[in-house]
Amino acid sequence: MNKTHDNKAWLFVLPVVALVAFNAVIPLMTVVNYSVQETFGDNVFFWAGVTWFEQVLQSERFHDALLRQMFFTFSILAIEVPLGVAIALTMPRKGPWVPVCLVLMALPLLIPWNVVGAMWNIFALPDIGLLGRSLNALGFDYNFTRQPGDAWFTLILMDVWHWTSLVVLLAYAGLVSIPDAYYQAAKIDGARPFAIFRYIQLPKMKRVLTIAVLLRFMDSFMIYTELSVLTGGGPGNSTTLLSIDLVKIALGQFDLGPAAAMSLIYFLIILALSWVFYTLMMRNEQQ
Amino acid sequence: MMTRPSRYVPVLYILFLLLPIYWLVNMSFKTTNEILGSFTLFPREITLENYITIFTDPTWYMGYVNSLTYVLINTVISVLVALPAAYAFSRYRFLGDKHLFFWLLTNRMAPPAVFALPFFQLYSAVGLFDTPIAVALAHTLFNIPLAVWILEGFMSGVPKELDETAYVDGHSFWSFFLKIFVPTIAAGIGVAAFFCFMFSWVELLLAKTLTSVAAKPIAAVMTRTASTSGYELGLLAAAGTLTIIPGAFVIYFVRNYIAKGFALGRV
Repeated sequence: MNKTHDNKAWLFVLPVVALVAFNAVIPLMTVVNYSVQETFGDNVFFWAGVTWFEQVLQSERFHDALLRQMFFTFSILAIEVPLGVAIALTMPRKGPWVPVCLVLMALPLLIPWNVVGAMWNIFALPDIGLLGRSLNALGFDYNFTRQPGDAWFTLILMDVWHWTSLVVLLAYAGLVSIPDAYYQAAKIDGARPFAIFRYIQLPKMKRVLTIAVLLRFMDSFMIYTELSVLTGGGPGNSTTLLSIDLVKIALGQFDLGPAAAMSLIYFLIILALSWVFYTLMMRNEQQ
Repeated sequence: MMTRPSRYVPVLYILFLLLPIYWLVNMSFKTTNEILGSFTLFPREITLENYITIFTDPTWYMGYVNSLTYVLINTVISVLVALPAAYAFSRYRFLGDKHLFFWLLTNRMAPPAVFALPFFQLYSAVGLFDTPIAVALAHTLFNIPLAVWILEGFMSGVPKELDETAYVDGHSFWSFFLKIFVPTIAAGIGVAAFFCFMFSWVELLLAKTLTSVAAKPIAAVMTRTASTSGYELGLLAAAGTLTIIPGAFVIYFVRNYIAKGFALGRV
């Protein structure tokens, strides 16, 4: 669409800018403020420069949490995106079952995050949970509160349960927008299912899948509530991802300086990676 | 092109989605003795005690009222301010538009864990701490960018000729915007409202940080009960089951727009 150039359009954006600035800029400045100061309590602050940033960037604890975070994010992306696409491809396009499927699939997305955590906790408990009990009955030694491997398995399964539907719904939206004529043309050409997927369906889904990857990337990097209810970062520190570690430092130990420095580094990482996805997406849209 | 066995993939997936929910609902109808004492696939003696506790104890049911209050305030504020902004982004080019759009999106990327403490201080300073308005405003941080993004997608799908024809017919801007444009993108507004509802309803960290007693959301009531009174799993399960209902209700209303809506209007 060719847009008119008019700076008066700023008047329309002003309420949004005012509200978001109040909510984003003031708290962000508070964080910046803490990140460069040292305090010994009583609201007395000293200039600390970049000490906290150096401390965080060099600390093994931060490196470990970041590595775990990366592992988590890339695992769930590697599972949820292909799985979501596969489910969307096998869903019916028309008929009475479509709304039923969509409503049931969207259900996990609307459950409060702490309930998701609590639900999976109850579901996976080795003695009274359906999943835990079944796994143990099948001969696996499963206990997600004791064994790190099991905790990771449960965490990833929970996230797959929680968010694959988002990918499904996005991919499905891309698929239903393909006109029937495309499929008919492919049939006449004698295209195999894989060729249809590769040359018709995948290109049509590209745009929505970029949104899916962007949203899943951002949200999985921020995961806090479900995780804190399910494992609380344990056993030990084995599932302590960035946000869990941050809350431990900020609210648990009340080390405001390092917590603030870590917040900013954390935010910048998400920002930088999201910028890459966003640029890719906008480039797709302009094509 | 569809092979037979692949038909069962969505069915299996939905079964996988429903299993944990079934377990939660199952637990909510059991007595504490049955939960801890035995392993049963369905409740042996169905009890409504957990639900009765929730509906008769004000700390419990007020949790739902508080949550719904801030979710609704948030949805109304987010959609109202996002409408003109999305219109500006979809129709005009102006100084710094692209940067502004990305800056808005960056707020969708801000981890709530980063903002919890500063938000507490900010809303205490302006005297809004422990009110639904504080939570509603705090949630606009991520809901406004999302609403702008969704609405912009839907608005860009409406040809500009519509605007021009309306002006030729003698409509003023506001008369066109409210009487013609808003009804045209009603589906987009519905979807944006759905998303605002969804993300405000499911968020806990900020909602919990910004309230203490008067405006405590249901999610916070649940976590506190779980930690103070030990192992009341049945009660917790009943409270969890009840939190699924508003979501299911809202999905039902937007079921026909869900697919397009999740693509943020950009298909």
